[in-house]
Amino acid sequence: MRIGVDVGGTNTDAVLIDGLRIIATNKQPTTPDVSSGVSAAIRAVLEEGNVAPGAITAVMIGTTHFTNALVEANRLDRVAIMRLASPSGEALPPFTGWPAPLAKQICGQIFLLPGGYEFDGREISAFDEERVREAARRCGESGIDSIAVSSAFAPINSAMEERAAQAIRAEHPGASISLSHTIGRLGLIERENGVILNAALAGLARHVVASLERALSDLKLAAPLFISQNDGTLISAQDAARYPVMTIGSGPTNSMRGAAFLTGINDAIVMDVGGTTCDIGVLSKGFPRESSISVDIGGVRTNFRMPDILALGLGGGTRIHLDPELYMADLLAETDLRIGPDSVGYRILQDAFLFGGRTLTASDIAVAAGRTRFGDPARIPPLSATVQTAIWRRIQAMFADGIDRMKTAKGEVPIIAVGGGHFLIDDDLPGATQVLRPAHASVANAVGAAIAQIGAQLEQIVDYDSVPRHAALERMREAVSARVAANGGLRESIQIVDMEEVFLSYLPGRSAQVRMKAVGDLAEPSSPAAGTVIAGARHAH
Amino acid sequence: MRIERETLADLARGAAFLGSGGGGDPYYSLLLAEAAIERRGPVELITLASLGDDALVVPCGWIGAPTVSVEKLPNGSEAVAGLRRLETILGRRIDAVLPIEIGGGNGLAPIIAAADMGVPVVDCDGMGRAFPESQMAIFNIRGLSACPSVVTASCGALTVIETDDNLAHERIARSLSVALGGIAHMVEYPLTGAEARAHAIAGSVSAAIATGAAIREARAARQDPFEALADALRATGLYPHCKTLFDGKIVDLERETRGGFSVGNVIIDGFGGQGRMEIEFQNENLIARQDGRIRAMVPDLITIMDRETADTITTERLKYGQRVKVIAAAAPAMLREESALRFVGPRAFRLGTDFIALENLDTAETK
Repeated sequence: MRIGVDVGGTNTDAVLIDGLRIIATNKQPTTPDVSSGVSAAIRAVLEEGNVAPGAITAVMIGTTHFTNALVEANRLDRVAIMRLASPSGEALPPFTGWPAPLAKQICGQIFLLPGGYEFDGREISAFDEERVREAARRCGESGIDSIAVSSAFAPINSAMEERAAQAIRAEHPGASISLSHTIGRLGLIERENGVILNAALAGLARHVVASLERALSDLKLAAPLFISQNDGTLISAQDAARYPVMTIGSGPTNSMRGAAFLTGINDAIVMDVGGTTCDIGVLSKGFPRESSISVDIGGVRTNFRMPDILALGLGGGTRIHLDPELYMADLLAETDLRIGPDSVGYRILQDAFLFGGRTLTASDIAVAAGRTRFGDPARIPPLSATVQTAIWRRIQAMFADGIDRMKTAKGEVPIIAVGGGHFLIDDDLPGATQVLRPAHASVANAVGAAIAQIGAQLEQIVDYDSVPRHAALERMREAVSARVAANGGLRESIQIVDMEEVFLSYLPGRSAQVRMKAVGDLAEPSSPAAGTVIAGARHAH
Repeated sequence: MRIERETLADLARGAAFLGSGGGGDPYYSLLLAEAAIERRGPVELITLASLGDDALVVPCGWIGAPTVSVEKLPNGSEAVAGLRRLETILGRRIDAVLPIEIGGGNGLAPIIAAADMGVPVVDCDGMGRAFPESQMAIFNIRGLSACPSVVTASCGALTVIETDDNLAHERIARSLSVALGGIAHMVEYPLTGAEARAHAIAGSVSAAIATGAAIREARAARQDPFEALADALRATGLYPHCKTLFDGKIVDLERETRGGFSVGNVIIDGFGGQGRMEIEFQNENLIARQDGRIRAMVPDLITIMDRETADTITTERLKYGQRVKVIAAAAPAMLREESALRFVGPRAFRLGTDFIALENLDTAETK
């Protein structure tokens, strides 16, 4: 049995699952220290399920805590960055293009050192261990304990970053070290930005992970703790403490993966309707489609693997702009009506008509039209059938347009509607084959964490003139599968879920940059049935 | 006109559009140019007409793979080292620099040299857009020599190329760029002021800035950026026709590498049943056909843009499912002359058709 936990900005949700069955769910307010909310939610599901802590084989936690720390520039470490690429790259030193206040807060020291690789594997310049040691000594002397290391073409050859880490450890044993190849893909500036952000989070991440581990041990839970990553796969708590940025996009990913599990559908569009927005994402083979463009975090350009999400300004609290004189109109002009994008947000409990307020919201319309029931329908001002229909149709048209933007192929797709505002989505939504509303949709995030798998990714530049394409791809398949197994994946469950091939233009030859991603079920010796073939199974609620 | 730090983002946006799908994403070039101006102050942009007959003006640019250039970053000394060597060879000072091609990242390449050497950038370029090979520059078409040409790399390696054969020059430079790590800086086609005035594509740098500014301003004012783009292009006089060829969603994409080029085609399904558009590309977009009918072809510009933001999508960044508009613009007149079409017309890219200008192709409006 596993426990999945999602720590959101407002609520901490927990779910207890046994194989494909959901045993118990619970919702608690998120606490500032994170761990007490997690404790309370886990204790509640154990009690409800009447399950002893010893029966739990794994605990998976997804958290937005690190994202908030970056966005609020709060509790961040000062960082030294060592870039191994000189003389290449000196024209673009680290922190180029950063918002000045954040750079000022984080930037401790910059070292431009020899090293790095060319696209064909040669060295740009030789690794200089003494200079790395000297830089590490200077960090130690100036009290900088968070060190980021970047190197040209490190995603393809990480050897120099590893050697640098050894040298730093020897001189500055207390330092936490972040290596760029472990968190980003090709694109030195974006990857380096990411590794700097990661290093800035190191202290906070250690603290949060330690307090979570303490919380589990207080609950007598001996099961290993995993943290969910941006791409929907797991890393161990120790790895999460070292690579917190890999976890900052896990919220929407877990919500989508949870939706897939709860419906048994692996290829669909997921719409998560909250109070202010509707997040739309695409599920392909049970995983969210990743964004191909750069991702800005706190104004810093990065190239993390993040889910491709379209946020529509349309949720339960979205304001309906219509002159009250027209509430009973028999005819509405196109321009009389505007929907959002502003929302009353969490003030819906005071501001919406159905809660005694004076603002017409999307929820008022849904309740007035009898699509759902909550609040006090008698408080909603009378609306003509024409007005109700016009507003409802406009809302559906906005959803339909959002779906169409995210679709990659013609035709209709199944829609999985989750989140507190899912009632705003009509069963007859244009472009949808069907609209599924799974039970437990409100804890889809925690479910997504609970069912997460082990993953690994590999990126290489391959010269197809020297190695035939099929042989090169086969070799990569083996290498990336071995990584999944090494991370704790069950051998026989490993499969390649994504492959991307970009040919290097303007260069002679047939070289391509290939990215391959594999996942496997978590190997759980004590409960071998759990977790296998989870995607694709329909559970019984 | 002065190119300030704030001007650079507009220049980059305009250069991306003029790249016609090629020339690489100018983001790193933009960061480099911003760093250079931060260091040295703004750069003067002067007109071609202001050049004296015997001034020495030199085109600059990067040769190699944009995909490599995001990892193997410049040292910053490449351009100046190459230009200084050229000064030694020619025994005189350089008076101004210009981009060898305005399209893509190379549109910003001379900013660093200009800032570091304290010389102005001339408002012109050698291609009026982006092309994959050096001999496609207007200077080769008009019979000028690429040499002496200097190729420099971030490691400090410097190579002088001397040959009368501009095709040989391109071949040598291309293999040098591979040996130097997939990306190198090149100064080529050194020009006298008189030659530049007679042959360079005049006004293309300011055209790129104006185009980029128009898109930015339209977005800020919540107006249609595509209309603003078309108006700005026409106003330059250099790109006299511009139209939105198509509006739709990418439904298929095929590409492979042949001879160092990213070759392929992209298929876009129109919104509201306006049919289907197929665009063939070879690094740059070459020809656009709507339901089998040619709508635009090289050397006219064909650029695929995000239909909401009017951001240019280079050919290496095309993806299934993107919602795009296809914009075509007439190439500068010099590129459409018979002598130029031999080098940059459809037959130079083995497209098996004669050049027909954008404005003369079937103009059935697409809605």
